[in-house]
Amino acid sequence: MQKLISSMLQTTLLRNAGRRRVLQKFAIAAVAPILLAVPMQQVQAATPKDMLVIASRIDDITTFDPAQSFEFSGSDVIRNVYGRLVNFNPADLDAGYEPELADSWTVSEDGKTITFTISEGKKFHSGNPVTAEDVEFSLRRAVLLEKTPSFILTQFGFNKDNVEQTIKADGNTVSIVTDKKYATSFVLNCLTATIGAIVDKKTVMANEVDGDMGNEWLRTNSAGSGAYKVVSWKANESVTLQANEDFHLGAPAMKRVIVRHIQESATQRLLLTKGDIDIARNLNPEDIAGISDNGDLKIHDELRGRLMYLSFNQKHPILSKPKVVEAMKYLIDYQGMQDSFLKGQYTIHQNFLPATYLGAIDDKPYSLNIAKAKELLAEAGVGEFEIEAGVREAQERIEIAQTMQNNLAQVGITLKITVGTAKQILTRYRARELDMYVGAWGPDYPDPQTNAGTFAFNPDNSDEAKATGLLAYRNAWSPGALGEKTSLAVTEGDVDKRRQMYEEIQREFLQVAPFAIMFQKIEQAGMAKSVSNLVLGGAITAASYWPVTK
Amino acid sequence: MVNSADAVVSNTSMSGTSSLLFRVLKTIGSIAITMLGLLLVTFIIGRVMPIDPVISIVGERATKEVYDAAYLEMGLDKPVLVQFLYYLSDVLRGDFGISYLNGAPVAEDIRRVFPATLELATIGTLIGVIVGVPLGIVAAVKRDTWIDQVARVVALVGYSMPIFWLGLIGLLVFYGILGWVGGPGRVGIFYVDVVPSVTGMILIDSALDGQWDIFRDAISHIILPASILGYYSLAYISRMTRSFMLEQLNAEYITTARVKGLSEWAVVWRHAFGNIKVQLITVIALSYAGLLEGSVLTEIIFSWPGIGSYITTALLSADMNAVLGGTVVVGLVFVCLNVLSDLLYSFYDPRAK
Amino acid sequence: MNQENILQPHRTGLRSWLTADVPTSRAQARASAWYHGWLEFKTNRLALLGLCILIALVLIAIFAPLLSPHDPLAQQLSNRLQPLGSPGHILGTDSLGRDILSRMIYGSRITFYIVGLVVLIAPVAGLLVGTVAGYVGGWADTILMRITDIFLAFPRLVLALAFVAALGAGIENAVLAIALTAWPPYARIARAETLTIRSSDYISAVKLQGAGAFRIITRHIWPLCIASLIVRITLDMAGIILAAAGLGFLGLGARPPSPEWGAMIAEGRRFILDHWWVATMPGLAIFTVSLAFNLLGDGLRDLLDPKSHGK
Repeated sequence: MQKLISSMLQTTLLRNAGRRRVLQKFAIAAVAPILLAVPMQQVQAATPKDMLVIASRIDDITTFDPAQSFEFSGSDVIRNVYGRLVNFNPADLDAGYEPELADSWTVSEDGKTITFTISEGKKFHSGNPVTAEDVEFSLRRAVLLEKTPSFILTQFGFNKDNVEQTIKADGNTVSIVTDKKYATSFVLNCLTATIGAIVDKKTVMANEVDGDMGNEWLRTNSAGSGAYKVVSWKANESVTLQANEDFHLGAPAMKRVIVRHIQESATQRLLLTKGDIDIARNLNPEDIAGISDNGDLKIHDELRGRLMYLSFNQKHPILSKPKVVEAMKYLIDYQGMQDSFLKGQYTIHQNFLPATYLGAIDDKPYSLNIAKAKELLAEAGVGEFEIEAGVREAQERIEIAQTMQNNLAQVGITLKITVGTAKQILTRYRARELDMYVGAWGPDYPDPQTNAGTFAFNPDNSDEAKATGLLAYRNAWSPGALGEKTSLAVTEGDVDKRRQMYEEIQREFLQVAPFAIMFQKIEQAGMAKSVSNLVLGGAITAASYWPVTK
Repeated sequence: MVNSADAVVSNTSMSGTSSLLFRVLKTIGSIAITMLGLLLVTFIIGRVMPIDPVISIVGERATKEVYDAAYLEMGLDKPVLVQFLYYLSDVLRGDFGISYLNGAPVAEDIRRVFPATLELATIGTLIGVIVGVPLGIVAAVKRDTWIDQVARVVALVGYSMPIFWLGLIGLLVFYGILGWVGGPGRVGIFYVDVVPSVTGMILIDSALDGQWDIFRDAISHIILPASILGYYSLAYISRMTRSFMLEQLNAEYITTARVKGLSEWAVVWRHAFGNIKVQLITVIALSYAGLLEGSVLTEIIFSWPGIGSYITTALLSADMNAVLGGTVVVGLVFVCLNVLSDLLYSFYDPRAK
Repeated sequence: MNQENILQPHRTGLRSWLTADVPTSRAQARASAWYHGWLEFKTNRLALLGLCILIALVLIAIFAPLLSPHDPLAQQLSNRLQPLGSPGHILGTDSLGRDILSRMIYGSRITFYIVGLVVLIAPVAGLLVGTVAGYVGGWADTILMRITDIFLAFPRLVLALAFVAALGAGIENAVLAIALTAWPPYARIARAETLTIRSSDYISAVKLQGAGAFRIITRHIWPLCIASLIVRITLDMAGIILAAAGLGFLGLGARPPSPEWGAMIAEGRRFILDHWWVATMPGLAIFTVSLAFNLLGDGLRDLLDPKSHGK
């Protein structure tokens, strides 16, 4: 063999000098990548001093137009790009909303009109001043475009036909007129949501195509007054933001923020430990544990608004028995899951308002109790039966379903787990086809109504109503009097009374609702030791990059 | 993975006597029909899929009004056949529609993701050819010796490895522990968006731009996924090469040549290898096509923004415009490579004449 | 080349019957052919190794309840992610505290189930399409082969994914999806074989005897196609296993809590850095089975494929 190869080589080398050169080139081409790749490790160093590099899952982004964006990753970007009338101070989220583009506001006697005075001297990225006209345009635009998040504004009675009258600029003030009296805090909380972002009218309208009010242009560009402007967005790859040197709170320390889409936790961790990124936002509990003793890194914990719940379809003849629903709540191993595969990232929470929300309560009456569950099932007169759970393809949810399956088996209930993509499972959930659903819910705006209005409100439970946006509807549950209480709570002007109302609603909900709320999310971000002042937004808003230093 | 038999067989159906023009027309016709069928099947799959495509656009929490408006806007109220005809006429005008997932025109997305896959598959195939062909030749020449056995095991191991698993382990070892290669993605984070996109292939773009540090960085990122794909491809190529070579080496003319006293080198290289070139090109083309469509899992593991992961993500979200667009492109490439190898065959293969 | 050695064993008893130069019955001729094949196959040690591994795995699958130390579904959250070699859990435990070894043992059943079903469906479908197309010819041929081309041009995994996504995840649907992507090459092979057989004198003779198309295809063409199909099937087996694992990896295979190997890798990949064995062990299992099939298939090809044979 060796003889053959050497003779092969010799013959080629001797007989064909021309070919030899080609061969040499070929060999170099083949070997060069390997040689080049080896010293790469020396090239890798920390990220530049004034650049913040974040690894996160950003494949949910569809647009940066604040009138349309309704995804987690999109709201992170928009919070840093656009100003709002009122906003949260990242240094003190508990303080609630504070003036931003509005200096002050007044509420009319009848409680229906709120008039904002627009602050002077603030500028958009284009250099145009922020005026009452921009505010009027932005809010009207959000209503007129009728995109998904528009309900956050239209729930106050604004619509296509009346925005000319209900949202109006006058000099340096803007007044909005709601259809009835609402708690002022409710209205203002909604204006802190993504859809309340104020866009630069001149810039946006200059880029209008076919009367779309700049919707297409804003999808990938930005026209705000916030700390950053959008430089580029590549779907499923990265978002790049550039600092706004004229930001009204001062130029941000991080001149460039790059958010890179990295799906895997392990990959995010590798990038972080190698110094290729500053912050990793989707580390799982095992990877968090893995970096906890790394001296160059630290872990930042923040309680977020997302809830994890199980729900039980009331169309099911057995699941609709109150005792069976109660038994289900005793078949969940809250503690076991919190201490194992959800460790550090979810905390037990059994009510629909996330901790830190107005009216949130901390009652935790349920824990794993197989004997009690058996008793309840016997009282309900139920024998063995089979139900189907729909679970989207996400490991932690599949594991929740499997522990549930394990516990249900002990009381003679067979749980069939159907795993599918998010959209697939959601389609069936909305069509009320699933017996059980392993779900997560994040609030849309920082007011108790956001969750109360979906968990405990469902005025028409008939199939024809197609109120598929409501969680109560998806589980074919009619909350009855609870629904009316929920409607009343949004009009209560007195904050203490309002708080009390939500507490009552939740206590009753905890007993009767076919929802077993289990956990509230704690986001654990791994980051380089040098990074400080990052705020992910708590339970009420999105991440703020402008205070970050490193 | 595609087998050479596929190409070989379709070749026999092609009559060698028909005129060139007729053959070209027939080929174009069959490509068109295949593509049409491909579109139709994809479209039907999209329609029977129990995923509500409207949710992809309006999101989970849309009100009924928003939902209904989007439903009508997407033309979902029309009969399926009508929807398909509309779609077809759009495609013929080069319009693949808008991706529901990210709101961008699908054609634009494909222009971005396809070069990424092309780059990966090309380097993978190069590795497969550079290692696989010599391996196959040596195995055939040294048939039934230990060398043959080693070559056989090397190839079969490549065939048998779950590629997503190998990718995970490779990433762990070569990036995580040893730090020899770049991490997931096409380039390091600092280099994202630095190079102007001309071809969409970062290796070429950075070289054109003279940005050699980016070029090196891109190489360090591509080398691992490409090697993994390359290993898979070399397994196939080396086995086929061995098989072709054996057929030649056993042929009478080789014996004659040996009897005439030609050197072993001349026998192997000039005669046997010379005769399998065309077959080999066919195999390489098919393997290349296989990598173009088959790198889905590798792309997912390495966060490689290629067309495989693009179609997969789109499919699982019922983003049918993106799925259809992606499938058409991949299918077209596949069919074209197939036809190309068929043509090569009929022009160069002595038996086809 | 080994022919002479084979033909000179001690001619006693069964062996002499099997190696008789002039068989006295049809059965003897057939048995003799198989025996000679086996003798030649035996010389290929790698293929033999593959066969042994497969037999061992089939036995493991059959006797799973006896072999596995634990219930593959029994959870123990307080005992999760135990390392290799922990007392009672040789291969450790997974994220829910289940014994990985037991899960792998039971997982072999799912793997063989999938492979078995696909092998029952895809080649048969391919054979049907291919022989009909090849024998009938004309328009039927054109239409059937166009359909075959369409499915060939489809990105494989995408087609399988689409199919599973459409019907819902589950083993049966995964099997159908893989079969759907696997049949076209069989159809091509069967058609090619049919084309050569169709024009042979032997078929003309059968035709003259008045046999109908159906009888000719099922009785005379199918048996002749089988040899080349078997080789192809064995070589495809690894591909089928990998495809099934790929679907499981993407969450579209068996339903939880089934210990499907691909799904086990998907579950374990989250812990790849600190608890590497959770994903590595099922990966090795998949690798072993598909390597065994490949070794066997490669050996069979050497045996049956005239191309790689000395004439």
